[in-house]
Amino acid sequence: MRRLLNLQPSKPLRLALFLAPLGALLLAYLVFSDARLAENPQDRLLPAFSTMGDTLLRMATEPDRRSGELLFWLDTRVSLQRLALGVGLGALTALILGVASGLLPLAGASLSPFLAIIAMIPPLAILPILLIAFGVGELAKVLLIAIGVGPFIARDLEGRVRELPRELLIKAQTLGAGTWQTLWHVVLPQITPRLFDAIRLSLGAAWLFLIAAEAIASTEGLGYRIFLMRRYLAMDLILPYVAWMTLLAWLLDYGLRVLSRRLFPWYGAAGNKR
Amino acid sequence: MSELVLKNVGKRYGETVVLERLNLTLTAGDFCAVVGASGAGKSTFLKLLLSELQPSEGTITLGGRPLPPEPGPERGVVYQRYSVFPHLSVLDNVRFGLERTHGDPLFGRTWGARRRALRAEAEALVDAVGLSAARDRFPGALSGGMQQRLALAQTLALKPELLLLDEPFGALDPGNKKAAHDLLKTLWRDRGMTVVMVTHDLSEAFTLAKRVLVLDKTREDPHNPERYGASLTYDIPVDNGLPPREAAPRELSA
Ligand SMILES: Nc1ncnc2c1ncn2[C@@H]1O[C@H](COP(=O)(O)OP(=O)(O)O)[C@@H](O)[C@H]1O
Ligand SMILES: [Mg+2]
Repeated sequence: MRRLLNLQPSKPLRLALFLAPLGALLLAYLVFSDARLAENPQDRLLPAFSTMGDTLLRMATEPDRRSGELLFWLDTRVSLQRLALGVGLGALTALILGVASGLLPLAGASLSPFLAIIAMIPPLAILPILLIAFGVGELAKVLLIAIGVGPFIARDLEGRVRELPRELLIKAQTLGAGTWQTLWHVVLPQITPRLFDAIRLSLGAAWLFLIAAEAIASTEGLGYRIFLMRRYLAMDLILPYVAWMTLLAWLLDYGLRVLSRRLFPWYGAAGNKR
Repeated sequence: MSELVLKNVGKRYGETVVLERLNLTLTAGDFCAVVGASGAGKSTFLKLLLSELQPSEGTITLGGRPLPPEPGPERGVVYQRYSVFPHLSVLDNVRFGLERTHGDPLFGRTWGARRRALRAEAEALVDAVGLSAARDRFPGALSGGMQQRLALAQTLALKPELLLLDEPFGALDPGNKKAAHDLLKTLWRDRGMTVVMVTHDLSEAFTLAKRVLVLDKTREDPHNPERYGASLTYDIPVDNGLPPREAAPRELSA
């Protein structure tokens, strides 16, 4: 018998092991849902898959009576737009601050401790401030996401820049590059794949801030919808919405990973660990 | 031509003396190897010549003028590792210095005929170090020996007066090392720059250099080993088919 730590699953076994927990979860849901519905056909807590499918289809294909919009697609579009703007704004600011702080000792002396302090502020605690300052419009929600992920990304990138071999920065200078050209031709290209990694890591937090902001101050969006439907115990809508958000989050992560591999073929090959 | 002169150069970190009383004159076109035990201060010596570090005492002049206070294109360097840019192809690594020194002041980029001419120049250098077949590959896909040959081509593209090498072939297996040695010898003969190579490999020092300098402590304080630093203790001319500079080993400092 080989040691457990040396045992590798075969290909079919790997697939089976991958599907097992998901299957078990679905099966358990089916069993409990059937049991509750058999007792009380009006039960709303664990709706049948067919009910959830009908509800989702209605949200996606029938215009809302009041606004005339297809709510499912409206919610998706609005939420993704907020997420993209917030993460984009946060990441861009973080790139500028993090690289400046990591590369230039003069900037670092000021930015490094500042970012460390800013990163300690619980972002949700400043949501009321954002709502007071910017009202319930898009800006407050986008800023919450940007402030939520920005300091984390900035500090990550700052560390990555400091980790760049000193030799490469000296080398660039012996090849005629000054500060700006070293930044542009050496530091930025080598740090951009790290930025992709940092964004992927911060997407989970970005979703959290998106849903929180939408739950508190919004009139549409995926987060708004599920918190609205909570009042009606509409599990037949909430559950498919959660599944849809999970799928979107996974797709974003996967897309960024593929894009990063396309854009930076040298990354990971040069002894850089992913 | 530019002579490199060190006068009473020393380097300290607080109480720790790493180098002391270095006196040396290198004429243009010298190939000198610096040997010494690990931790003797060989890399520190090279960093002083590169202006990555400033001496605590003494003066260094290049061609009669004080050494520029920051690294620049008049001095090239090749390290044992991290000498080439991992995000640039072989050809773009060689083009890097040419573009930066000939390009616009902001981004250091060239256009048109000049861009093509510089590209051709870089291609010729890539061919000269035997990397034509790997021109479009990233350094991560090259062997250690190929990476060091690329590093030489990249550095020599700017025709530095002074070429500084810090254990450049220390990580290579014997076959690759031999090929790299031959290449370095050829490049030095053809181009005539001054070379300072740091190594802990004595046989490498004596096969390549015209002159071998020994970095070692001349005095020891058993109670406080950091009180004294290393100096250049021997300056040994080497006859490896080239006219020797001196008749016999000369002791530099007592
Ligand atoms: N920043 C520093 N602070 C204190 N000591 C240092 C520093 N850098 C190097 N040293 C010391 O200088 C000595 C020489 O280092 P180095 O030049 O790297 O040696 P070598 O290249 O010959 O192996 C070592 O003993 C090292 O501990
Ligand atoms: Mg060393």
